[in-house]
Amino acid sequence: MNKKISIVLVGVGGQGVITAANILGNAAVKADVMVYVSEIHGMAQRGGNVVCTVRMGEVSSPMLPSGTADVVLSAEPIEALRNISFVNKKTKVITDINPVIPFTVAVGGEPYPKLDDVFKEISKHAELYKIDALKIAKESGDAITKNTVLLGALAATGVLPFKPDVLLETILNMVPDKYKDVNRKAFENGMKAIKK
Amino acid sequence: MEIITDQPGKKILLLGNEAITRGALEAGVDVATTYPGTPSSEIADTFSHITKYFTKKGDKPPFYFEYSTNEKVALEVAAAASFSGLRALTCMKHVGLNVASDAFMTYTYVGCKGGHIIVSADDPYCHSSQNEQDNRYFAIFGGAPMLEPTTPQEAKEMTGVGFDISEQLSLPLLLRTTTRLSHARGPVVFEKMQKPRGIGHFEKNPLLVTVPAVARKQHPVLLERMEQAEKISEKSQFNEVVNVGKPKDIGVVSSGVSFNYAKEMAETLSLDVRILKLGMTHPIPRRMCEKFIKSCSTIVVIEELEPILEQQFKTLAFDMKSDVKIFGKSTGRFSRLYEYNPDIVVDVFSKIFKVKNPFPKPVESKIKLPSRPPSLCPGCPHRATYYAVKKAAPKDSIYPTDIGCYTLGKEPPLEMADVLLCMGSNAGTACGFAVSTGQKIVSFMGDSTFFHAAIPALIDAVHHNHDVVITVLDNRTTAMTGHQPHPGTEFDGMGRPAKMIRVEDVARGCGVEHIEIVDPNNIKETTAAFKRALDFKGPSFVVSKSPCILLEVDRKRKAGEEIPVYSINQELCKRCKTCIGRFGCPALYFAEDGSVHIDTTLCNGCGNCVQVCPFGAISKSGVKE
Ligand code: SF4
Ligand code: SF4
Repeated sequence: MNKKISIVLVGVGGQGVITAANILGNAAVKADVMVYVSEIHGMAQRGGNVVCTVRMGEVSSPMLPSGTADVVLSAEPIEALRNISFVNKKTKVITDINPVIPFTVAVGGEPYPKLDDVFKEISKHAELYKIDALKIAKESGDAITKNTVLLGALAATGVLPFKPDVLLETILNMVPDKYKDVNRKAFENGMKAIKK
Repeated sequence: MEIITDQPGKKILLLGNEAITRGALEAGVDVATTYPGTPSSEIADTFSHITKYFTKKGDKPPFYFEYSTNEKVALEVAAAASFSGLRALTCMKHVGLNVASDAFMTYTYVGCKGGHIIVSADDPYCHSSQNEQDNRYFAIFGGAPMLEPTTPQEAKEMTGVGFDISEQLSLPLLLRTTTRLSHARGPVVFEKMQKPRGIGHFEKNPLLVTVPAVARKQHPVLLERMEQAEKISEKSQFNEVVNVGKPKDIGVVSSGVSFNYAKEMAETLSLDVRILKLGMTHPIPRRMCEKFIKSCSTIVVIEELEPILEQQFKTLAFDMKSDVKIFGKSTGRFSRLYEYNPDIVVDVFSKIFKVKNPFPKPVESKIKLPSRPPSLCPGCPHRATYYAVKKAAPKDSIYPTDIGCYTLGKEPPLEMADVLLCMGSNAGTACGFAVSTGQKIVSFMGDSTFFHAAIPALIDAVHHNHDVVITVLDNRTTAMTGHQPHPGTEFDGMGRPAKMIRVEDVARGCGVEHIEIVDPNNIKETTAAFKRALDFKGPSFVVSKSPCILLEVDRKRKAGEEIPVYSINQELCKRCKTCIGRFGCPALYFAEDGSVHIDTTLCNGCGNCVQVCPFGAISKSGVKE
């Protein structure tokens, strides 16, 4: 096992990235692993991009050096690419394939790049895993479980210093009773999406 | 309510800000006050949640909490609690201390009685601020002991110890954090909670009245107290030497989050260094620092923003006639700008110590990505007001703005923000433009901002009959920082019913003669109201009243009301682009074929685009899931 584990979670304000990072942090505390979670959310609520870092193990700094992420977990494809400076050849980039178009595309005429190009570019620098988290979430019973799908995929990489069950339990602890079943399903389907 | 469990030894994940609140609870805080500001907000929001939890149960909360009108009021309310022997905490963002500084600078002369912690949450890199001032200068400027935590656990501990130090010295203590600490989460271990003192008692003391004769007496008292503080600093558990490798004569001096980078990067590079970790940074422990200087031939000082420790170390070295080499900012290695991170620290280390940077060069994407700046939300009433003003006002009108969501009106296509200094500056600068130009002036601020800092400027406009239109975008909340209440709302921060003050009543009381109150969601009437206000010679005041759309959607959800969504009839749409190109709701987008659509998952159903479309192509098409 690595002595230091660095996970970067990225996405767009409102996608629940901060909550997902928080869940990871709580799972680590549950597993008695040292952890720091860092978030920047000044105006994130208003649709800006969000970056959270989760570091576990023998770490002092909540921030990681460039090129040292073990996993980049992205809720939006171009946000994965925007944060490419965190990756090295061995980094696993797990990204949802559903774009959220920034309003600068509509108003300012900045183009949203072709998804194929985005994925190709990421693959050049890291190990890419594309998943349709939205579709898997819907199939699991509710679109709202999209981030649970992503966390399931993260757990399946084997990078985390604790069993996937610890993460799943942490998620189930944080959702209302009536959503527990769909979340369990979403998590398992997310794990499968990576394994195949 | 996990944060109020009195279970010593329990370990939970807390935000740096939440850890400060927990520390205050463990220390038996009696009175907590604030004006919300990122990155400090969660400290006070946690106090607020706790008091609401008690209020809801019908119990009296164990302490008093308020969102004060501004930071100066917050500091004064808490200072009086301290004068009465109670423990008090006041939290604010760094620029908040500018507002509170008038009270702060004399508070240290008279001193406090019950422990009083003033939290200043600084924001290197201006993640959500208008400047990145270094408030450690305030500790030096005003004469207050200061603590700087490196982790959430330490933030909790320092809050507790801070109350003791404050009481020992009879001085308010500055607990200085930065965004990277305030918004970092880490494991925090609980200790026992002390009972608050409850009701205080004020004993009169002529030395609390700072007439000149008293002030002259109290200044030397302050200096004596700072000498005492230095003794505390020498013994402080928060000042220590941390060894990495097998250190000989190379030292690092660091404080706050920079220490985390220094330690981890020194370990990563397998350096042999002694790190002087300073947690109590004002006053610095002079003897301890001198000893450290003596033991080193080279010292690297790592601190974000201003070279405050660096200068003190250089002064000490000069006085000691030491020939130690001190690397910091002035030698060009470290920047006075922005936040530090591991990359910056490793880069400087590898240059100074001539070791190889072990990290790969960061890769860059060849593809240009569209930017994703924050924007006014879909359905935000401010957008409708801006759109109406743009229609009503002549082309080269000046739009002074203020601190809050509405600064986002700066972005295209609205571009309705021309000048911004600080809280309340819209109205003051509006008056200045009125006497300096022949242009029309419409200024904007929020409701919370109005109460916080704009009333004196409004009075200035009335008294001097400045020809300005001053607008309050009254969305019934302090939206940007997380929807806190303010003097214009019906509940206070403890969840109790509160007297609601109307901004228009205040304006009337200040003598404004021309007042318009409009619902911005009626764009036609809003445009007409602004035309009348612009035609009026002298100061006019427009209250554009509509709740923040996020609150409105939330309210409708809870009440089981439907939230409509809108779509564009492609047969009627002439692709004139008015809705996107002039109004710019982020729910609108172009499809690849150039047709215009509404993303119904983003649409919050305000219906304002319907009024904007010249061809009647937009209409209600369903309800939000
Ligand atoms: S109704 Fe129109 S303006 Fe309002 S949120 Fe929906 S798309 Fe935006
Ligand atoms: S304003 Fe109306 S006609 Fe013009 S592009 Fe928008 S929907 Fe189409």
